[in-house]
Amino acid sequence: MTEPVLSVRNLQVEFASRRGTLRAIDGVSFDIAKGEVLGVVGESGAGKSVTGLSVIGLIDPPGRIAGGEIHLSGLRIDNLPPEEMRRIRGKRIGMIFQDPLTSLNPLYRIGDQIVETIRTHLDLSEQAARRRAIDLLAEVGIPAPEKRIDGYPHEFSGGMRQRVVIALAICAEPELIIADEPTTALDVSVQAQIISLIKRLGRDHGTAVMLVTHDMGVIAETSDRVAVMYAGRVAEIGPVQDVVKTPLHPYAKGLMGAIPTLAGDDKRLVQIPGSMPRLSAIPRGCSFNPRCAFAFDRCRVERPDPLPRGAQSVACHLYDAVPTESAA
Amino acid sequence: MLAFTVRRAIQAIGVMIAVGIISFSMFRFAGDPVNQMVSMDTSGAERAAIRQSLGLDDPVIVQFGRYVANAAQFKFGVSYQFRLPVSQLLSERMPATLELAICATIFAMVCGILMGVYSALRRDSWLTHAFQAISLIGISLPTFLIGILLIYLFSVTLGWLPSFGRGEVVRIGWWTTGLLTLSGLKALIMPSVTLGLFQLTLIMRLVRAEMLEVMRTDYIRFARARGLTTRAIHFGHALRNTLVPVITVAGLQFGSVIAFAIITETVFQWPGMGLLFVQAVQNVDIPIMAAYLMMVSLIFVTINLVVDILYTIVDPRLRSTVSRAH
Repeated sequence: MTEPVLSVRNLQVEFASRRGTLRAIDGVSFDIAKGEVLGVVGESGAGKSVTGLSVIGLIDPPGRIAGGEIHLSGLRIDNLPPEEMRRIRGKRIGMIFQDPLTSLNPLYRIGDQIVETIRTHLDLSEQAARRRAIDLLAEVGIPAPEKRIDGYPHEFSGGMRQRVVIALAICAEPELIIADEPTTALDVSVQAQIISLIKRLGRDHGTAVMLVTHDMGVIAETSDRVAVMYAGRVAEIGPVQDVVKTPLHPYAKGLMGAIPTLAGDDKRLVQIPGSMPRLSAIPRGCSFNPRCAFAFDRCRVERPDPLPRGAQSVACHLYDAVPTESAA
Repeated sequence: MLAFTVRRAIQAIGVMIAVGIISFSMFRFAGDPVNQMVSMDTSGAERAAIRQSLGLDDPVIVQFGRYVANAAQFKFGVSYQFRLPVSQLLSERMPATLELAICATIFAMVCGILMGVYSALRRDSWLTHAFQAISLIGISLPTFLIGILLIYLFSVTLGWLPSFGRGEVVRIGWWTTGLLTLSGLKALIMPSVTLGLFQLTLIMRLVRAEMLEVMRTDYIRFARARGLTTRAIHFGHALRNTLVPVITVAGLQFGSVIAFAIITETVFQWPGMGLLFVQAVQNVDIPIMAAYLMMVSLIFVTINLVVDILYTIVDPRLRSTVSRAH
């Protein structure tokens, strides 16, 4: 087995606040292989975006990585000095943010922004970088790129701007792309185009993609594997077919049950009662236990660790055949 | 773009006509100008002759037309106290005021932007706290007091800088400049600092607030995610976005720098238009006052126009809205 492009082990991210230290990410582990798309799904505040930002090293104070390790193709990157981490950002890890309308600097031509990024990371002349920028714009599907390269961001539509953002993210051929809700701010018709673009780029270049979204439809369409996050932990992770068809974790079951189908059955959609706990009030034991229909005594005291279950991995005591003695 | 400029220019002319009405009416409300020209024992017939020769018998609208036509050619009549054409007096004094105002503005812009950027990027450094303290002083102390304190420190106590006047000046055509002699430059330092200090604090605070705002935007976060150097992010991306509002404020402030120069020029006995104006007020020299009013408004209106045009150069988004609107 080849080494994964991204390997996150037991990641912990904390935010210092007036009410003490809040743990936004608590023991998250996952791998992404070359050319693989990992979907990260969960409710708002589950820690999806924070996970993405900590991988690329953009957690701002008061937040900090408190524990765990992040490896990029074998190189440990979570404790690199800022200047070395900067060289990795944009070159080896590309990032796409949610809102393409605000991701580009309004005062610079898009070509200047692409050329600037290319020349920061690659040793190319102005002309060569510009040619590369035109090729990139063509690759992400911008018509007449040799003309549009001199346009300003406000002259592009939302979908076109997200294409420019993607071109910026891939301009130095990164090994990993982190896409943080790349389609949330776009029209539905444009969403599909952007998703298939990200998918195609990942396939053509062998890039690993971490796709953060709360849209299960996007995940099902794009991802090879999916990680379901809840309250700063990974509840379940596995191949997308398995997790969508046979979710194991009660929370994942709830999520999949909440997806409307077009099949026409007029059953009511399943709702998960209650809402996700605030970071300052995460319950003892399994953080999902107050909302879980299957919770038993052990769930209220002991935090479940991920258990392998076929190709899937699930953090739930229901699947732990032999309860340990510490349950008391 | 051209249509936009033309429309703004027409608006500017409208403003100047309104100012012309105000400055013209100063003559009419400030008493009979003939009384101020002649002595007590001038006969009624002589007064009537003078009145006739000055065209004061004509209808008001004709007089106003004549006034505007003359003003457009920079003819503002003859000063009562100096017995010289006002335009000559003003053009002798203008270089002094403009040099002072430009130096003060450059001082305020350069120091203000540097201090603002520094205090936004190093929020907790002791230098930032020092800048904040200085800016508080600059905003709260009146200009004349700062001038007097500077004179006390650098002229009276230390004896480094002259306390009044322009020093030696060099004449280039009709323009006189103090920038080419050592004494001229030394004389320029304290008045420029005094005049520019308020603008400096204003610009520094504005740059700091804007910079902090811009550093929180998504495109700065995305620029960091692209791995750009800190230098490129701070000075290429953040500073340029910060400068849009700074240009407006600095531009509009240039007008008030010239207007505020009255106080600074009085404190330092600077031979500029402001000092001329103060003397004119003391002697009820209406032609000078009216002409000064016209000149200052012309400068204000011109600056406004230039700032509007500069905007569209800095911010490409305005270019397209401007061209779409026409």
